[in-house]
Amino acid sequence: MTDSHPEFPPPRFGVGDKVVVKNGPPETHCRTPYYLRGVNGQIIELIGRYQNPSLLAFHKPGLPKLWLYRVRFDQYKIWEQYNGANSDSVVADLYEHWLVPVKEHSNVAP
Amino acid sequence: MSHPKDHSHQHDGEHDHDHDHEHDHAPIESPQEPTGTLRYLEQALRELLNEKGIITAAQIAQQIDLQDSRTPALGSKVVARAWTNAEFKQALLANPLEAINETFGLTITTPLELVVLENKPNLHNMVVCTLCSCYPRMLLGIPPAWYKSTDYRSRVVVEPRAVLREFGTQVPITTEVRVADSTADVRYLVLPLRPAGTEGFTEDQLAALVTRDTMIGTALPQFEQA
Repeated sequence: MTDSHPEFPPPRFGVGDKVVVKNGPPETHCRTPYYLRGVNGQIIELIGRYQNPSLLAFHKPGLPKLWLYRVRFDQYKIWEQYNGANSDSVVADLYEHWLVPVKEHSNVAP
Repeated sequence: MSHPKDHSHQHDGEHDHDHDHEHDHAPIESPQEPTGTLRYLEQALRELLNEKGIITAAQIAQQIDLQDSRTPALGSKVVARAWTNAEFKQALLANPLEAINETFGLTITTPLELVVLENKPNLHNMVVCTLCSCYPRMLLGIPPAWYKSTDYRSRVVVEPRAVLREFGTQVPITTEVRVADSTADVRYLVLPLRPAGTEGFTEDQLAALVTRDTMIGTALPQFEQA
């Protein structure tokens, strides 16, 4: 697909970066699951740039494209009562505008 | 379904108005097929696309044939090849679709990103789409009904180990259970671990152990040693 926005900024996050998912209401068509909003996670992979689903849902070209990341979340941070291993996790594919950087060693909620 | 601007009444709870629309409903072709709004919507949309020359009936039939031709058998072959050929496995993990197309002489194209999740002794992957029903159809075909159920989709991210147990799958507590939620443009295929005791197996024998559920991550390849 032709990308008509060559000036699009480079990815804001890199692998290993700690992020928190924004906890606001979705603007339109949303791919960020409710159960992950406000939860801290870590980028494990940069997938690439994809057309914006919020615009595609309204038959628009979905440009500029958005950076898409694979973000890993500890289960025990998502669910207080999680019953499993401490290492258990969820990995979701999230667009950059839903992610906020978290300072190293910071436990402060967004 | 009338256009919003043609609507004189408000859909705000009062539903006792006469349902006196003018068009004829299409006849129900078979009593076994689903009825109701979605069924009519599908038929109306299909006929409109047809009448307007956007999609022909033949193209729809071809697409159904293509969808039906895709079965988990292709995924099983891919996994068995990865188990027996280290070079292919490396290519599969790096560039899944390219590696599959080249190795098996296929021409699968998709705007989606296929990602292969490799299970390891300390890592068990399983796949869900909590938002809808995203599934690696290009390799596994049509998803099973349970994959699309609200029950699986909501529970697997909350209590994955309980869900695994219901599938008869025990994952040791020392192994990380990692649930991949396909929320966007990625489709996931789990590459399960090759069971011990299968060293002398042919690729076909191995492929027979790789069931659909082992590639979703709800099951592990089973092999009973004689």
